[in-house]
Amino acid sequence: MKELICISCPMGCHLQVEGESVENIVVSGNGCVRGIIYAKNEITAPKRMVCGTVKINGATQPVVSVKTKEPIPKEKIFDCLAELNNTTIEAPVSVGDVAIVNVCNTGVDVVVTKGLSKR
Amino acid sequence: MRDIIIIGGGVVGCAVARELSRYKASILLLEKGNDVAVGASKANSGIVHGGHDAVNGSKKAYFNVMGNKMFDQLSKELDFPFVRNGSLVLNFGEEGNKTLCELLERGVKNGVEGLEILTGDQVRVMEPNVSQEVVSALYIPTGGIVSPYEMTIAYAENASVNGVEFKFNQTVQSVKPTSNGFDVVCGENTYQAKFVINCAGIFSDEINNMVCQKKIKIVPRKGDYVLLDNAYSNICSKTLFQLPDAMGKGILVTPTAHGNILVGPTALDIDDKEDVDTTAKQLDKAYTIATRSVPNLPRRAIITQFAGLRAHGDQGDFVIGESQQKGFYNCACIESPGLTSAPAIAVHVAGEVAEKLSLTKKEDFVATRKGIPQFSRLDNESRQRLIKENPLFGKIVCRCEMVTEAEIVMAINRPVGAKDLDGIKRRTRSGMGRCQAGFCTPRLVEILQRELNVQAGEVTKCGGDSVIVVGRTK
Amino acid sequence: MNKNLVIVGGGPAGLACAISAYDEGERDILILEREPELGGILNQCIHNGFGLHTFKEELTGPEYAYRYVKGVEERGIEYKTEATVIDVNAQKQVTYVSKRDGLVTIDAKAVVLCCGCRERPRGAINIAGMRGSGIFSAGTAQKLVNVEGLSVGKNVVILGSGDIGLIMARRMTFEGANVKAVVELMPYSSGLNRNIVQCLNDFDIPLLFSHTVVQVHGKGRLCGVTIAQVDENLRPKMDTAKYIECDTLLLSVGLLPENELAKNAGVVLSSVTGGGIVDDSMMTSQEGIFVCGNVLHVHDLVDFVSQESALAGQRAVQYIRNGAPNCEKITIETKNGIRYCVPSILKKDGDFTSALSFKMRVSNVFKKVTLTVFADGVVVLAKKRPIVTPGEMENVTFTPKQIEQLKTASSIQVSLEGVEK
Repeated sequence: MKELICISCPMGCHLQVEGESVENIVVSGNGCVRGIIYAKNEITAPKRMVCGTVKINGATQPVVSVKTKEPIPKEKIFDCLAELNNTTIEAPVSVGDVAIVNVCNTGVDVVVTKGLSKR
Repeated sequence: MRDIIIIGGGVVGCAVARELSRYKASILLLEKGNDVAVGASKANSGIVHGGHDAVNGSKKAYFNVMGNKMFDQLSKELDFPFVRNGSLVLNFGEEGNKTLCELLERGVKNGVEGLEILTGDQVRVMEPNVSQEVVSALYIPTGGIVSPYEMTIAYAENASVNGVEFKFNQTVQSVKPTSNGFDVVCGENTYQAKFVINCAGIFSDEINNMVCQKKIKIVPRKGDYVLLDNAYSNICSKTLFQLPDAMGKGILVTPTAHGNILVGPTALDIDDKEDVDTTAKQLDKAYTIATRSVPNLPRRAIITQFAGLRAHGDQGDFVIGESQQKGFYNCACIESPGLTSAPAIAVHVAGEVAEKLSLTKKEDFVATRKGIPQFSRLDNESRQRLIKENPLFGKIVCRCEMVTEAEIVMAINRPVGAKDLDGIKRRTRSGMGRCQAGFCTPRLVEILQRELNVQAGEVTKCGGDSVIVVGRTK
Repeated sequence: MNKNLVIVGGGPAGLACAISAYDEGERDILILEREPELGGILNQCIHNGFGLHTFKEELTGPEYAYRYVKGVEERGIEYKTEATVIDVNAQKQVTYVSKRDGLVTIDAKAVVLCCGCRERPRGAINIAGMRGSGIFSAGTAQKLVNVEGLSVGKNVVILGSGDIGLIMARRMTFEGANVKAVVELMPYSSGLNRNIVQCLNDFDIPLLFSHTVVQVHGKGRLCGVTIAQVDENLRPKMDTAKYIECDTLLLSVGLLPENELAKNAGVVLSSVTGGGIVDDSMMTSQEGIFVCGNVLHVHDLVDFVSQESALAGQRAVQYIRNGAPNCEKITIETKNGIRYCVPSILKKDGDFTSALSFKMRVSNVFKKVTLTVFADGVVVLAKKRPIVTPGEMENVTFTPKQIEQLKTASSIQVSLEGVEK
């Protein structure tokens, strides 16, 4: 059994979840149906957005903020961060520019979230 | 071989340096910290005492009264904040009236002018927020308030302009008499001078004991303070003491020279001379006792707390003058009223030393020093003019105290300039306000990097290992 | 210099206010921003989760700001950066300084203060101990890490589990630091559950409720903190004291509206929010001076800042055109667990016929309650809430019919009904 806190609304129901695949999951402790959906996603394929920074050359600040365009598997978070740390891009950049293509083979790109002009 | 080494860059050391810089002499000041005014000179009540409290005939009484009289001219000459706001010693019960009379008598004998005993109602006309329980008070019209660190910095800058050399991060490990003077050892450096003046504050016993047969002992007596937002400056205009006790002058409530309200200090004898940590118990005590003087002291107005150490010596008085070791001078055990006394002590000691060394006066001594322009205190026309002269006056770095980038750059680049965030704070008030450096810290780190040509990871709050950031993230 | 509308602050509030004022037909607008770029604090909030209400998608702070900055630029609205307003007076004269322009005083027809808020510092919460470095308010650390690319420390304790504290726990973890604990004075978090899960639980960072930091240790740089449990009166129980080694303490212990300018202008402030007391048009006690966003009351979602500020922009333009209606005002009373309500004054002939909403905060966590608005003791609106928390702003919007009821009332009360004693 696994314990989760449902984040679908401020109630924060404490969920008890049995089973590991979508078909056989049994959820209890939920206040509404959203708790079941949340638990199923969280048990079978937890994903997270990763937001961070990468080094940028020639801009008004030394780093620029980036994010994964879509959520990536939770277990890849730290691999993704390691790749951010190894990446340097050049100014100027615009919001949405791709900083890393297909980060850690997730099929998801890392994009710039802030425009920075050349210094 | 220099003529004179001064040990300690507190208010006494810097004042002595300035008074000696009137003479043709090579003078070196050694300071243990990263800046001047980093010991008791930065963490005290900032009171210019009238002189009613010191024992008749003591050095404390003599220098206090003499020092007090020097502040009007000195603060103009050296351009530091000083207000003669007057002090009151509040008395809460009939039995205290006798003590007030004794204080009055003692004060008169010490030569304090204008002393007067007031009724509780008279006090409340002066200070409407004072407690209804106050039945009488001693009024000391000559009492004043000063920014103690700015006074010290002003002395140091003026001394530096007049040729005194300052070295920082120099902890004196030994002072050895030689055939023609002294060797002063600081780690790998040995400095030599004919005369040594011990102005080492809380450590002045240790310096004395390196040289003199007659040992002295200082017990650090810690005082915790709380500081209120300057939005509450109307709480009182005079310095409000309570009746003194064995440990000192008790908890006061006073405006500072910058319009904050200061509450404290407690008094606790401790062992560690570097322990300036505040404690919850002492802070609470300071606040609670202060509410006896001013019952509606708003807790929500507190913006910061700090603690300082009084150099409480076992001699019962200041130790001042040449020791048995010829050429070794003490300005030791300088606790309250040390700040008030410093100008007078400095003139006295400098005079003696100059005479002994047969020094002659400089013709080109610069007697005045102009502080950094304070943008926040100027009218709009002057502000406009300053920005035209130097556009950095148009960039506000500290919002709470309205400090501009120009002031900060000046603070860093002046003689005996700021090297860390606290140094900037004491010289400009950046970070001194209600957000307590939340907004200006990143900017100050950037400006210090640029002006001192160092890495971000080398910028400190107060020297040593007090780094702000530990490096780059990537 | 003369300007119809001067907006002080180019963060989310100022930007939304300017766009809405423009769209209402005003062309003579100036935004004054003290930082080198528009966007305000959003520029350092690089995490996602902004804009769900407004754009139906999750943006990062800089992306959310960008949408509004684009809006301002597309409309050609004038703005100045690195221009710090140093005074606003009751005559609606705004004085700013900048390196470029020197000191300039503008006579404005209307002024909207969008100055945001600041963080409560260490001194305000009386943490005893060392006075050296290593103690940051969370937002200061956020700026250093996210914008300046500087690392503030390696071993971290965070005091306060508001959203900024939680977000910074994750950010510090992402930048290689070890976050040892998040310490919360209250028995509950004022942050979103989602942030507790995604910022703490994901990384096994302990969240200690009913604990506080009682002492900080170290000479130059912080070397550790002592934490302790607190009793029901929030007093530390010293027998539970525990030392945690760390070089960094982040404080996320509350935000305060930055109201120095408003105060100088003579604006009457609320002792509860610390922000101005406003009517339904976001106008303060000083005619022609409006406030909105976090300088009015601290919001938890930027979407609501934008909404509120758009309203202020619109109302400011209407004021420039028509002046203030000279009409009767009703003070909105709050009771039963409602800490405050914005607006707190309704103008009887106000311009709110089309849209009126009340925003409020509760004083504690309550379950199964009804947010109720009374007009002369009669229920006008009742909204059932399964749970309300102090960390989450409550919002009620009125229908035209309900608005009529409020307008004719001689007293209005907002209350939490069904609270168990």
